[in-house]
Amino acid sequence: MAGPLQRRRERERLERLARDFAVNAPNSATAGTGAEPEAQATYSTAYQAGMREEMIRDATIFVLGTDLYDRGGHFSQVKGLGPEFGADRVRDTPISEAAMVAAGVGAAMNGTRPVVDLNFIDFSYGAMDELVNQAAKVRYMWNRPVPLVVRATAGVAQGGAQHNNSLQSWFMGTPGLAVVFPSRPWDVKGLLKSALRGHDPVVFLMHKLLTGARGPVGGEDDVVPIGSARIVRPGRDVTLATYGYGVVLAEKAAAAVSGEGIDVEVIDLRTLAPLDVDTVAASVRRTGRALVLDEAPAVAGPAAEIAAAISDAAFWYLDQPVTRLTGRHSPIPHSPALIAGLLPDEAATVDALRRLARASGPEVAAS
Amino acid sequence: MTATSTTLPLPDVASADLREWLSTMVLVRTFEEAADGLALRGKIPGGMHPAIGQEAVAVGAARALRSGDIVTGTHRSHHHALAKGMSPAGVLAELYGKAGGSNGGRGGSMHLADFDLGLWGSNGIVGGGLGIALGAALGAEVLGSEQISLGFFGDGGANTGRVWEFTNLAAIWSLPLVIVCENNLYAVETISERVTGGGDITARAAGFGLPAHQIDGQDVVAVHRAVRDAAEQARSGGGPTFLEVRTYRYKGHDSGQVIRYRTEDEVQRWRTSRDPIENFTARLTDAGVLTADEMSTIVEQARRMVDAAVAFAEESPWPDPCSAAENVSAWNASPGTSR
Repeated sequence: MAGPLQRRRERERLERLARDFAVNAPNSATAGTGAEPEAQATYSTAYQAGMREEMIRDATIFVLGTDLYDRGGHFSQVKGLGPEFGADRVRDTPISEAAMVAAGVGAAMNGTRPVVDLNFIDFSYGAMDELVNQAAKVRYMWNRPVPLVVRATAGVAQGGAQHNNSLQSWFMGTPGLAVVFPSRPWDVKGLLKSALRGHDPVVFLMHKLLTGARGPVGGEDDVVPIGSARIVRPGRDVTLATYGYGVVLAEKAAAAVSGEGIDVEVIDLRTLAPLDVDTVAASVRRTGRALVLDEAPAVAGPAAEIAAAISDAAFWYLDQPVTRLTGRHSPIPHSPALIAGLLPDEAATVDALRRLARASGPEVAAS
Repeated sequence: MTATSTTLPLPDVASADLREWLSTMVLVRTFEEAADGLALRGKIPGGMHPAIGQEAVAVGAARALRSGDIVTGTHRSHHHALAKGMSPAGVLAELYGKAGGSNGGRGGSMHLADFDLGLWGSNGIVGGGLGIALGAALGAEVLGSEQISLGFFGDGGANTGRVWEFTNLAAIWSLPLVIVCENNLYAVETISERVTGGGDITARAAGFGLPAHQIDGQDVVAVHRAVRDAAEQARSGGGPTFLEVRTYRYKGHDSGQVIRYRTEDEVQRWRTSRDPIENFTARLTDAGVLTADEMSTIVEQARRMVDAAVAFAEESPWPDPCSAAENVSAWNASPGTSR
């Protein structure tokens, strides 16, 4: 693990990102005004608050995973809940993902509501059988509900090839699993509430770079439905569909091109499975142009599915082929310089928006 | 192990119950012999894994539990299902993939389940069912119920990592779980002792700091006693117990398999001297608990039930293909197209 110095630097970096994000926070009352936003929670503390409220509401909710009770998890996601609710409801486990998820699956089948916290979604490979072969199939095979939440931090940051996998495409391809990937505190809390009030397994992914992002959060019963996208910013010319940290890039890029007369509609998918195709397709029918922004690799990735769904539902409204701007087909390296070479950034998003908005013929292909 | 079956006294249970144990073992044997033949005739899509020879394990274990307790099975689980009380007709129709099957044709031979009966699924993944039993035990503890769970796995599963991850968690959390390794000596076609480091599954389990015992799985009384003690310990907060139950399957890994990895002599030795049904029948007869007429009735009843099951499975309609993608997840009401 990182030493104190690296941790402090990482925290400072996340705080910079958080400040940066807050200014552009979706639905923030002061977004774009330059004033301090009315920050009520961070992405991480919104999760804590959601867990706390739901644990008070429902005594069968408990969380299990490593380093949770004292540390609150590697992203402080449940900080404080251990002493507050006790070691039976914030359960520290051995480093054994298969046992964590299996215990969650069986406990969920037995009428409790476990949250399995894997810290990093990369570690779910150690429990893939329990997640994919058991949790996802129990309802189908046996008509038994599995109200299980598997929470993990996802998305590309630092930490090398084995802490930055984009596993969302794997889980999207697994019938029986819902996959949520919020981009702002409001949705973290609201989607968590949906997950903890439902009957089926949910893979709950939180982007590392958004850990400290600030924004408003809802109250005890502000539930965000799973499977519902959100129009972050309405626009007439191009639909930009994305999720997670992509929403930050999308908002910046949309602001950057607005002065050029390109009016971008930004959609935060919020949930990858099930995918809210209706909201995206309705937008594309209005704009005629679609950009899908995703840091996951292109091959068989979420963007491929989203692009295909747009083509299926809105092909005759399209003025140009659907454009995908994604991460490259590569593991994630250690060096920040190399990471930058793999991922879409604001400049690439701006460039893709410009080319797509101005394209009028077959010579203008995808990026 | 290898305590001969007459060395232990009969358990302190009613004679009628002992005859019921035997009846269920005979039903399992009759069912499995019939199903094996039907699989060879192509009636069972994907075939099946017969547990002929392992009847005492399932019946001894199931009868040591309370009705609210939970059992999870393995890919070879018809005996577990029938011992837990699933109807032969529902099970056989499920093997056929028919609408009248216990899971409407969604499960099949390796995925039998009836939650009302406490059968929380047989499982096609080696060691997978033990994980569900582990979680069920955790759920029971969280809810403060008196329920316990029992997870079966095989000697093949004893060489998977997950089985020991589950055992470790159950041990450190003192969960109300009975862990049963149904060791039938062969992991598919591999002789287990050749691929088991240290050679002793029970000793391996004991390293996790929980009671671990080896049991004669051909003796229904021995299995019953061991599981009953383990269940009592689990229910009273004493934590999990590991039982390695030594048994034997007369057939191959799956129906119709050509067996090259063991001799016919070996099979015959087990069949003639270690058969769980013959030995238990002899003990009950010797003890005056069972008459020859009663045995004839037991055999005849099993025959009739299995014949009725075959007729039911044959006549049951196929499930509606339009329903095939239903009930995947409430979050996701089957989007996409099927054709």
